[in-house]
Amino acid sequence: MTDEAKRYTRADFQSDQEVRWCPGCGDYAVLAAMQTFLADLGLDREKVVFVSGIGCSSRFPYYMNTYGFHGIHGRAPAVAAGIALANPELSVWVVTGDGDALSIGGNHFIHAMRRNLNLKILLFNNQIYGLTKGQFSPTSEPGKRTKSSPTGSIGAPFNPISLALGAEAGFVARTVDTDRALTMELLRRAHQYRGTALIEIYQKCNVFNEQAFLALTGKDQRLENRINLRHGKPVVFGRNEEKGVVLLSRGARIVDVAEIGLDAVHVHDEHAGDPSAAFALSRLSHSPQGPTPLGVFRDVIRPTYEDELQRQLRDAQERPGPASLGELIRQTGTWTVAEEASG
Amino acid sequence: MPDETPVIEQETVDRVRIRFAGDSGDGMQLVGSRFTEASAIFGNDLATLPSYPAEIRAPAGTVAGVSSFQVHIAGSDILTPGDNPDVLVAMNPAALKANLADLAPAGTIVVNRDAFGERNLQRAGYQTNPLLDGSLRGYQVIEVPMEEMTLQAVEDSGVGTREGLRSKNFFALGLIIWMFGRPIEPTLAWIKRTFADRETVLSSNTAAFRAGYNFGLNTEQFRHTFQVKPARLRAGEYANVTGNQMVAWGLVAAAQAARLPLLYSSYPITPASEILHELARYQRLGVRTYQAEDEIAAIGVALGASFAGRLGVTGTSGPGLALKSETMSLAVMTELPLLIIDVQRGGPSTGLPTKTEQADLLMAMYGRHGEAPLPVLAIGSPGDAFPVMIEAARLALKYMTPVIVLSDGYIANSAEPWRLPDLEALPDISVPFGDGLPPGDGFLPYAHHPETLARPWAIPGTPGLEHRVGGLEKEDGTGDVSYDPANHEHMVRLRERKIAGIAADIPDLSVDADEGAELLVLGWGSTYAAIHAGVRQARARGARVARAHLRYLNPFPRNLGEVLQRYPKVLVPELNRGHLLRLLRAEFLVDAVGLNKVQGTPFKTVEIEDLIVEAAGP
Repeated sequence: MTDEAKRYTRADFQSDQEVRWCPGCGDYAVLAAMQTFLADLGLDREKVVFVSGIGCSSRFPYYMNTYGFHGIHGRAPAVAAGIALANPELSVWVVTGDGDALSIGGNHFIHAMRRNLNLKILLFNNQIYGLTKGQFSPTSEPGKRTKSSPTGSIGAPFNPISLALGAEAGFVARTVDTDRALTMELLRRAHQYRGTALIEIYQKCNVFNEQAFLALTGKDQRLENRINLRHGKPVVFGRNEEKGVVLLSRGARIVDVAEIGLDAVHVHDEHAGDPSAAFALSRLSHSPQGPTPLGVFRDVIRPTYEDELQRQLRDAQERPGPASLGELIRQTGTWTVAEEASG
Repeated sequence: MPDETPVIEQETVDRVRIRFAGDSGDGMQLVGSRFTEASAIFGNDLATLPSYPAEIRAPAGTVAGVSSFQVHIAGSDILTPGDNPDVLVAMNPAALKANLADLAPAGTIVVNRDAFGERNLQRAGYQTNPLLDGSLRGYQVIEVPMEEMTLQAVEDSGVGTREGLRSKNFFALGLIIWMFGRPIEPTLAWIKRTFADRETVLSSNTAAFRAGYNFGLNTEQFRHTFQVKPARLRAGEYANVTGNQMVAWGLVAAAQAARLPLLYSSYPITPASEILHELARYQRLGVRTYQAEDEIAAIGVALGASFAGRLGVTGTSGPGLALKSETMSLAVMTELPLLIIDVQRGGPSTGLPTKTEQADLLMAMYGRHGEAPLPVLAIGSPGDAFPVMIEAARLALKYMTPVIVLSDGYIANSAEPWRLPDLEALPDISVPFGDGLPPGDGFLPYAHHPETLARPWAIPGTPGLEHRVGGLEKEDGTGDVSYDPANHEHMVRLRERKIAGIAADIPDLSVDADEGAELLVLGWGSTYAAIHAGVRQARARGARVARAHLRYLNPFPRNLGEVLQRYPKVLVPELNRGHLLRLLRAEFLVDAVGLNKVQGTPFKTVEIEDLIVEAAGP
């Protein structure tokens, strides 16, 4: 890898297409992080495929100088599954948004988690429909006033991390567009993971939802609100790590470390077989107005769909049975009519 | 026929139609298909028509729960399952009630007398027992105490009464096998094979089957038996095959001919599910199947697989085709090969899920947003599915286009003997993966071949040919996203020309015409058999008629317009309200007339025959 890693620069992964996101859009940062990440990784460029649905973020494949498939609304996980099944050698990335993945494509999204194909899903969550000019999305905070909800949206939003954990996802993580280092780290972890890896990326839509993630990106607020999940470490946060998270039977709660002592603070275990603790952490924040965990919620080994399929295909070779179409047909019972056959 | 039964009068007939009918839990489909197999091995030509309720288990004993299987066996070539059965096997009063109206005059009824108790009569809606009230006087009724005899037969098998009674369908099968002089060995072997790991079931089914056969042999109740001599089939090796099974075989053959691995991605739906079931068993042949989370995912996965260089195929029925519509347009836009099989059923909506209809043709033709033409082919009979699947794959790969193949519930479930082609000599329909194309900036993913207008198929994993495809309009050549008005019109026309141009690459329509015929009967899909038989009967009555059947519905064969002009009268029988008819009238300004039926059942030969005679005259 070390030698090969040198063979690409970020420019090798930039396509000749003009990037057409709004100036100031959070998508630019993720695109740059991805291009840099892939250049550093040194994976054969022709083995990388980006698949997307519809929405602002779904233009992503056009800007990557790899193989790419810009599909239709919500269906990227399906197209990506077909590609991954067809050729397990490929590194297949799905780029999707909150409307694409959680509204019109909700079914494909949860089934991708359940099946555990070797897909990397980047969920750009800006909590708004940007491309269609600003309607509320399934992750918008309740009461969101938009063109399609002038008196406030009704209904609870999805929590993408909770949803993914509930759908049996083996790798679940969250970053925010402005945190390049964390984004790069999570891209690396997702790439290494064998199976479906979900990274939720809080992404600023500076036209329709500029303030959405201020709690995590604002200079003053972020120190108070970012809960950086670190494997094997107590879950503490705040300017001086004075706050901590405890797990109670009724869920995760934020406490003052000074009051309960560091030993009582929950120690994060990415590899816990049971997703309950990760789920409890995901419930700390629905839309990031207050303390919100970032980092890897869950990273456990699960059998991948491709591995199981390959095993079945291998097993089939070893079992007796028809080995050609002719044998297959003849197995159903054929008969021969001789030249002179007649009544 | 057995020598030891000289008292029985043996009638040699050219053809006989038998319908097995019973409760949906009585195993009538199994009995029908076993009898079919025995007849096929005996050498008869045959055609079958299974019919079963949409519910898995409708209330027992009711008319709604009746399941039936009709088989037509003959000593000469036949085309349809036959209009009216000559023999009806009725396992209970409901089966008798539901099928009696179809029975040929003076036909034979074999009834399970034990099922004609008060409760069953009531459930079937009989006020009086038809076996006693004289209402069956016009028929030859053979009452058999099937349940009593079955229980006696299975006594030694160690099964209880309830389980033992389950074998009564094998008793009925044994009896009918005897009645028609079929060999018993294939069925015995089948029972042995199928129930190998369930000893008591194996033993009770075998005993019941033999008891049924011996009952026929030893009883004097039968006035005569039938002998249907083997048919004069073309020499060769034959298999008895249903349409869905043949689609699966055809796909395996198509993938071999294309030198590509097959990926079949589907969501369960009646009556297409058996294609998935069948292919799921072929892992040893490298076939991959994928049961998707829904119809949309199913086609999405198939399209993704195509993008990555596999033969991507999806299959469904009408409701699923509607859901796949958006992705078909995407496949048109991305110019990728893809096969979509639609096993049509009665609609709209859930409609008649287990019944047949041809009312998806216009959806297949036009049911997409935007200008999204694609080739449409139709299967004419179970055996026809084999060449059609190979042809559909050839067109999809050569022209880089999605292709719809229309089958229907009748083709899917009915069976016919099929002569095996030389499986070692399949055509080579493989295409290159952009081999030898200039890599890097010189690669034009949307450069169109001067003749076929297909773009190159460069697949992920190929160095230097990295490119992006997608649903946004593409600039000709580069494949860059383009909103240029002139380019859009150019691309719409290019995609249209590409599909229209396929007409030059398919055979002309052949016409089977009488000298001086003024009437052309033109059909497509599963009406092939009924039209063919109807024409034959009409000819026997002196009608002069021409007959043609379309496999290619888009584009039409090049000579179709000329063929239509040749005949002053054109009759188009369809199991819909006039889909092909509309296409013909719109395309060729021809004053064609439709013969349309939407009852969930195939045409009867006589329906077509009478209309031909009326239109063409004797």
